[in-house]
Amino acid sequence: MSGIENYKKCTGVVTENPWASLRKFTNARIALGRAGVSLPTKHLLDFQLAHARAKDAVYSPLSLDSLLPQFAKQAWPSPPLVLHSRAQNRAQYLQRPDYGRRLDGESRRQIQAHMSQHPDTRSADLAIVIADGLSATGIMKNAAIFLEYLGLLLKDSQPSWSLAPLCIVQQGRVAAGDEVAELLQAKCLLMLIGERPGLSSPDSMGAYLTWAPKVGVSDAQRNCISNIRAEGIQWRDAAAKAFYLLTEARHRELSGVALKDRSVNGLTEIEGGSVGIPQSI
Amino acid sequence: MAANSGVYRYQLGATSYRFNSLADLMAKASPLRSGDQLAGLAAETAEERVVAQMCLAEVPLKRFLNEALVPYDSDEVTRLIIDEHDTNAFAPISHLCVGDFRDWLLSDVAGPKMLSQVRRGITPEMAAAVSKIMRNQDLILVAKKCRVKTAFRSTIGLTGHLSTRLQPNHPTDDLSGIAASILDGLLYANGDAVIGINPATDNVAQSCRLLHMMNELIENYAIPTQSCVLTHVTNTLEAIENNAPVDLVFQSIGGTQATNESFGFNLSTLAEAQQAALSLKRGTVGNNVMYFETGQGSALSANAHYGVDQQTCEARAYAVARHFDPLLVNTVVGFIGPEYLYDGKQITRAGLEDHFCGKLLGLPMGCDVCYTNHAEADQNDMDTLLTLLSVAGCSFIMGIPGSDDIMLNYQTTSFHDAMYVRRVLELRPAPEFEQWLQDSEILLNDKFHLNAAVPQRFSPEISRLENK
Repeated sequence: MSGIENYKKCTGVVTENPWASLRKFTNARIALGRAGVSLPTKHLLDFQLAHARAKDAVYSPLSLDSLLPQFAKQAWPSPPLVLHSRAQNRAQYLQRPDYGRRLDGESRRQIQAHMSQHPDTRSADLAIVIADGLSATGIMKNAAIFLEYLGLLLKDSQPSWSLAPLCIVQQGRVAAGDEVAELLQAKCLLMLIGERPGLSSPDSMGAYLTWAPKVGVSDAQRNCISNIRAEGIQWRDAAAKAFYLLTEARHRELSGVALKDRSVNGLTEIEGGSVGIPQSI
Repeated sequence: MAANSGVYRYQLGATSYRFNSLADLMAKASPLRSGDQLAGLAAETAEERVVAQMCLAEVPLKRFLNEALVPYDSDEVTRLIIDEHDTNAFAPISHLCVGDFRDWLLSDVAGPKMLSQVRRGITPEMAAAVSKIMRNQDLILVAKKCRVKTAFRSTIGLTGHLSTRLQPNHPTDDLSGIAASILDGLLYANGDAVIGINPATDNVAQSCRLLHMMNELIENYAIPTQSCVLTHVTNTLEAIENNAPVDLVFQSIGGTQATNESFGFNLSTLAEAQQAALSLKRGTVGNNVMYFETGQGSALSANAHYGVDQQTCEARAYAVARHFDPLLVNTVVGFIGPEYLYDGKQITRAGLEDHFCGKLLGLPMGCDVCYTNHAEADQNDMDTLLTLLSVAGCSFIMGIPGSDDIMLNYQTTSFHDAMYVRRVLELRPAPEFEQWLQDSEILLNDKFHLNAAVPQRFSPEISRLENK
């Protein structure tokens, strides 16, 4: 934790609020008390710490050194392909969403080379693509363990799922997965991406499913599971939900609004997260 | 009418500058922001920007009536702007060019009464154009001279007053959690503009549940304020049909027809909703029943900007708002993210521009002084904008527990922030609400000090909640 616990409160100048017990109903920052009419030091610093963590999450890069060995233990057809979007750095990524949605030339060539060397991975049922998005922390903490659970479900599935090589896109947005999956000629895309950090959730991952992915598909054609993290939707539950969506998408050969409409009751039962059509990505 | 036909040229020393259209000139004259760069509309150099401003300063105001930035035939917002333009109101300023208009606005000729008289003669494009050549202090000074008063159960916008929207959002719409945040806010003297919830689950049944809950609270405590669930206008219409206690109709609006279509409504939808809300006759001191939210970048985000810069698109949204006599218009300035407003400097500028343009056009303009975690902004930037807007006479701001919206995942102004700015600038809540705060013993007699104890009448509610 922080130095906040060590902060010694000077009695008498801070007016406490006696309704702190209501915090059991909400994580909102209620009953903070006040110094005059202002925020007491303890809560000021508490907030600054949360904001600092969220900022760090936005600017922390993907650590491939610790991420790749985690996937090496899993049953993927080949080592992951490490790719990069057209956004050269974080500042550009933040200001130019269009760059983050497309692969750079080298990454396209890399996929094409892989395809000609491994023609057997062509036209796979499923491509799984991982991108840092707005929180590499979200990927570092959630991607491998989520995929471990999903891998178990895919392995036992009938009919079976053929898998494209796992791909990792640095400085990537959701739509970057479309280009990857199109080049891989995959039927379906599952995109795992670090979500915009909130003050209390710097480490959240989202999963976006797109049937028939190609450059330019609209966001309405996607289904989304958000808030995948230890304190949000648990990895096992999220994997089960993703597997359910994948199965339905393959069966009906579609994704997005139409898929959501039929299964909405089953999907909204998840505690602590939301499943549906993304508003803006 | 010639749309985007005129080419503008400006000679500066040996260099000749060319701007392809009025829209191009407006965009290049805009103070730097990431959204215009993303759209490929921004000036390429700092010099080009200032030259565009010099060129724009020479454009007669009348030009904006003859040269539509968004085609009249294909856009109902343009038609609204042109068809509703009041020639008589325009008369005192009709001879001015944009640069002279700035001088006129700053001059002593343009007092509060004169500014009210000309307001219906000013189009959003004129307001946007002049704002582009105004400094921050100009935007503050002129906005402060604009008087806009609206009312429902409380009166918003009186000189020397600053109201707050109490925003008790909860990630699962838990009623006890929402009630806890509302109580927290009321006990911090917030909530006189509206108690407004962004629902996590956006459907009619949920909206009705939240409306009934807030209505009960407002009635039990006889609070002179209004409630609102910020759901889609068509949901609110259905809620009214289901006899839910609807005070205000909410809708996010943009400055082009195509933007609004992407939000799923058009002007006739809003007209229908306004009539439905008016028919309920729930206001006590006024009949302004609409609550609109806006924000620079929405037209670009919807790919519906017609090559018009984001600040001008934003000002055009105010023409939509103005048509429906809203109680509140809120520019949610930093919510959209750094691809539209990159940092604290851009957010601050945009907040002041929006407030100025809104007030000049006669809107009860408030501001969600806010940022997301991926923008280059922090609490200090928000303190600065909050203070500047309050000096400018901003009608209302948000109030939320500890600045942290746990549902929408962004940071806005807190209950404490409202108390801070009221105290340093001696601003007071809406008069009806202030009276209630004193009667309820939340505020002490000097109006800027909170009661250190929980007023007796709120103890039962806190106990009731605690024991749930």
